[in-house]
Amino acid sequence: MSDAHAHSVAFVRETSLPPAPPPVAETGIVKWLRENLFATWANGLLTVASLYVIYLILSATMPWFFNGVWIASSLAECREILDGTTGGCFAVLTERWNQLLFGFTYPNELYWRPSLAFVMLFAALAPVLFFDLPRKLLIFTGLYPFIAYWLIWGGSILVPLFALVGFIVGYVVYVRLEKTSFAAGFFGGVGAALVTWAIGGYITPFLSGVLALEAVPSRNMGGYMLNMMLGVTCVSLSLPIGIALALGRQSSMPLIKWICVIFIEFVRGVPLITLLFVANVMLAYFFPPGTGVDLFLRVVIMITLFSSAYIAEVIRGGLAALPKGQYEAADSLGLDYPQAMRLIILPQALKISIPGIVNIAVGLFKDTTLVSVISMFDILGMIRGPILASTDWNGVYWELLGFACVVFFVVCYSISQYSQWLERRLATDHR
Amino acid sequence: MKKSVLFGALTVAGLAAGAAAAGTLDDVKARGKLNCGVTTGLVGFAAPDANGEWKGFDVAVCRAVAAAVLGDPSAVEFVPTTGKTRFTALASGEIDMLARNTTWTFSRDVDLKFEFTGVNYYDGQGFMVPKELGVSSAKDLDGATVCIQTGTTTELNLADFFRANNISYEPVPIETNAEAQQQYLAGACDVYTTDASGLAATRATFENPGEHILLPEIVSKEPLGPLVRHGDNEWADVVRWTLNALITAEELGVSSANVAEMASSTNNPEVARLLGTEGELGSMLGLEADWAKRAIETQGNYGEIFAKNIGEETPIGLSRGLNAQWTDGGLLYSPPFR
Amino acid sequence: MSTTTDPQGGTFRLSMLLNDTRYRSMTLQAIAAIVLALALLYLYSNLAANLRAAGLNISFAFLGSPAGYDINQTLIDYNSQSTNLRAAVVGVLNTLLVAFLACVTATVFGVLAGVLRLSNNWLVSKLMAFYVEIFRNIPVLIWIVIIFTIMIAVLPGPRAFRGDDATSSMLFDLFAFTNRGVYVPGPYFTRGIGGEGGSIINWLLVIVVLVGSLFATRAVTARANNIQAATGVRPKTLWTNLAIWFVPIIALLFILGLSWDVPALKGFNFAGGIKVGGPLIALWFALSIYTGAFIAENVRAGIQAVSKGQTEAASALGLRPNRVMSLVVLPQALRVIIPPLISQYLNITKNSSLAIAVGYADITATLGGITLNQTGRAIECVLLLMLFYLVISLLISAFMNVYNNSMKLKER
Repeated sequence: MSDAHAHSVAFVRETSLPPAPPPVAETGIVKWLRENLFATWANGLLTVASLYVIYLILSATMPWFFNGVWIASSLAECREILDGTTGGCFAVLTERWNQLLFGFTYPNELYWRPSLAFVMLFAALAPVLFFDLPRKLLIFTGLYPFIAYWLIWGGSILVPLFALVGFIVGYVVYVRLEKTSFAAGFFGGVGAALVTWAIGGYITPFLSGVLALEAVPSRNMGGYMLNMMLGVTCVSLSLPIGIALALGRQSSMPLIKWICVIFIEFVRGVPLITLLFVANVMLAYFFPPGTGVDLFLRVVIMITLFSSAYIAEVIRGGLAALPKGQYEAADSLGLDYPQAMRLIILPQALKISIPGIVNIAVGLFKDTTLVSVISMFDILGMIRGPILASTDWNGVYWELLGFACVVFFVVCYSISQYSQWLERRLATDHR
Repeated sequence: MKKSVLFGALTVAGLAAGAAAAGTLDDVKARGKLNCGVTTGLVGFAAPDANGEWKGFDVAVCRAVAAAVLGDPSAVEFVPTTGKTRFTALASGEIDMLARNTTWTFSRDVDLKFEFTGVNYYDGQGFMVPKELGVSSAKDLDGATVCIQTGTTTELNLADFFRANNISYEPVPIETNAEAQQQYLAGACDVYTTDASGLAATRATFENPGEHILLPEIVSKEPLGPLVRHGDNEWADVVRWTLNALITAEELGVSSANVAEMASSTNNPEVARLLGTEGELGSMLGLEADWAKRAIETQGNYGEIFAKNIGEETPIGLSRGLNAQWTDGGLLYSPPFR
Repeated sequence: MSTTTDPQGGTFRLSMLLNDTRYRSMTLQAIAAIVLALALLYLYSNLAANLRAAGLNISFAFLGSPAGYDINQTLIDYNSQSTNLRAAVVGVLNTLLVAFLACVTATVFGVLAGVLRLSNNWLVSKLMAFYVEIFRNIPVLIWIVIIFTIMIAVLPGPRAFRGDDATSSMLFDLFAFTNRGVYVPGPYFTRGIGGEGGSIINWLLVIVVLVGSLFATRAVTARANNIQAATGVRPKTLWTNLAIWFVPIIALLFILGLSWDVPALKGFNFAGGIKVGGPLIALWFALSIYTGAFIAENVRAGIQAVSKGQTEAASALGLRPNRVMSLVVLPQALRVIIPPLISQYLNITKNSSLAIAVGYADITATLGGITLNQTGRAIECVLLLMLFYLVISLLISAFMNVYNNSMKLKER
């Protein structure tokens, strides 16, 4: 049988065939194209449409960008150089970059100060953002606000120094008294800090020349620096207030709960622009007569209130997401409320809330452009006001607005990328 | 006090609580700086130049007051204000005086409790149109789209004018002069209306100013002048008489070039009183004797300020018109220094 | 009994106010109340002192006096002699209009971009990711300014349509796109009740007929359902429904003599038809495209939140992909999508206050802008402004709570 079979076959291949290449349509770039771009005819149509859109965008912007003029002293000169061809007039950026970044009244020779403060901001933020760095770096983070204040506003170093000393004294008193009770420690610390500040307030005017940098009033701040300052200051100030509001809203004491609820809902219910109007046209009436609290501080107050209400809601979400067992476990260990919050609840709740807080921070940073509506010269205010109104650059919209877009995009996009990275890192479940 | 110290520690050191009852004059002297409210930018009247230095007609008034009170024309903190914020800024004490092409009206004087200290520019609301539109009178503007710079009396005047002439229009309110320009030049509106001086200033910044004309109709009276808070008469007097000093100086032929010489060698008793070499006018105001001399020395007389910032030699090219001295047929008429 | 719960009954010491948990919350609340009252009193006394010093008072009487200015987009009758209150109402309506329009288009943009971002098409999903990131990371105010500038600078002015050598022409001779706005033909009735041009009664009639058709089709569908339940055969309803929808309305419009008022260049501007103003379009488009990027992310998150098992189960039942989407995935995703969607609507309403940057006459521009400037009543105007937005957002939140409760997973 097997014999016959063997003879009925004329030829038996003894070596295996070399593997044939897969069909062209199933390999390499063609396969990728087929699967990702032209899977169905509808899909193909979409691809073609997208390609067309991309072509439109690129053909409109690329000649404009690459043909741009970078050196000219006015729009008219720029147009002369272009001589009718399409091209951007980026000379406005090279000529007015300092105004866009620092505002038009910050003294030129002092640009190094805010720039240094900006660079140091990264060093100060690093230990907060990346947990792997040595914890000792947090000391610099703590010192940073005072250094930055001194660098940007100038004046005697004693002012920020006394502010710092106040915090240190307050903290020392708090640590001492905290052993008896949290409340005593807290109020004792606050009291001690206030006393220190009061003493400092009496001393500093007499020693205003000590290690003084040239003072720059906050009215002279402008440009992108102003957006940065407002964003960083308001977010960092609103964090503690937001935590307090969130805890207050969860409180079992009805009065405190309702105060927090009303505050949060009120602030979240009105647009930021109306709060800025308040800062601009109303708030001055609420300060004691004769105290000219400057516009920057008024705006900081209102934006801080605004963002603290939103942060409070994010943290409330974090608190609500904690299982009840955590609260009960803290109770069963005999911890009192401040201890339970500090040691058990808040560390976990804050960890959950970080992505939300970062979102709020990005949103807030973008919203700082609204101050241009109330005649502060932030980057948008500079563009829409002095630069476009000047005889030289009247009509250079796209270059300036494009610049503003780029600087905001860089910052906001990096923050949101960081937030996503952090989310992945913190995701300790679902493994 | 604690509160202010806290603020002081957190922000600018100069926030210490001031004595509320002190007059503005004393406040300014104690502070060593004059806080002066100006526009956010109108070339010729008040606008920062490329170096961030404020220049312009209204700015010169601020500097003259600073020179008279503090002896230093650069001791001025310019606070840019919008139409919305200017009155609050003044009422709440954020600024000491407002020199921001603000029209002197009844309700502002009486209802809003401000004190206008004189008129530094007699203006009126006008219309600018592109030449190619072929319009020669504002009454031909039936159905036109009109760009208005908001925040001043312009909207009301405009509504009144079109109503009175029974023609229709479509208003486009715009916050800043820069945006009004943008829209007007792009043809999003047919007409741009604001104070005639502002129109001239705006037209001067155009690429082709010759393609636009100002219509002959002036539809309102706009006496623009500096103002201060109601009730502080000493301070109002300082601002009023500084302005008057500038006007009188022109009338008497005192200029920044010859003021030093005039002060030492004049025979004209009024000039002597003005420049403080005779009489006690300065100390009556609570200022030093040479207050007016300092203002004129640094800023020039009214005519010089006008010529330097908005006069016919400048791109803005305004003629004196109503703003000539009364001796030349204008409206400028300063009460005597006596 | 009482001794166990109150071991020290009667001997009350002051320190118990802080140390005894029974009293502590009372103490704290009392302190909070006192601090709050003091703070409010302090602010109020400052306000009173400042107002006295400035010689001002708080009064809302200005609302009743004539506004004196004109507004370019009014949904109700308004002229410069109307009161400030009416100007504010005009502003409120304009705010609601742009917010409503932007909510609708933002949802369309957002859902499209969100779904397309999950598409298998690499290019399309990358393009959508690009759109989302670009718009999410640049402030909305900059977008509003950019889009307004595009409108102003790219679209032609009405002048370009004039003359024999016109550089622009109307689309199909019906629509005119100018940098002052878009002009579209407007319907009117030649034989309308209440004179030519048509009164509001005509439009009410149209609405009544449409609502009637709606109920009629519902009845037909219900009847079809009953028959299907009883016999298992569903009668064809398509043609009946189409007839119910179209025949009465066409007949009515014919009787009323529907006609179109086509915009035409007349004097300085286009006249006739309906004008959709440039500021409205810029604000509308900017808000929709900006918020659309956020909604796209919500939609994507919502769809991804539906576990893969659901899709697989649906496929296993033999449903086709688009039915899987519409019958299984979307209904579940909506539960996740809708709450953030509503808060985006709230954001649109609040962001519409940026109308001030493009000169759109919303409430911020009328009450908080020109009225404030002209009357100088800053405190009153800002308070009223905040009150309006507060009421709107409380209404939306209330609606959201009702919705959330009704959509909650009903667990047994």
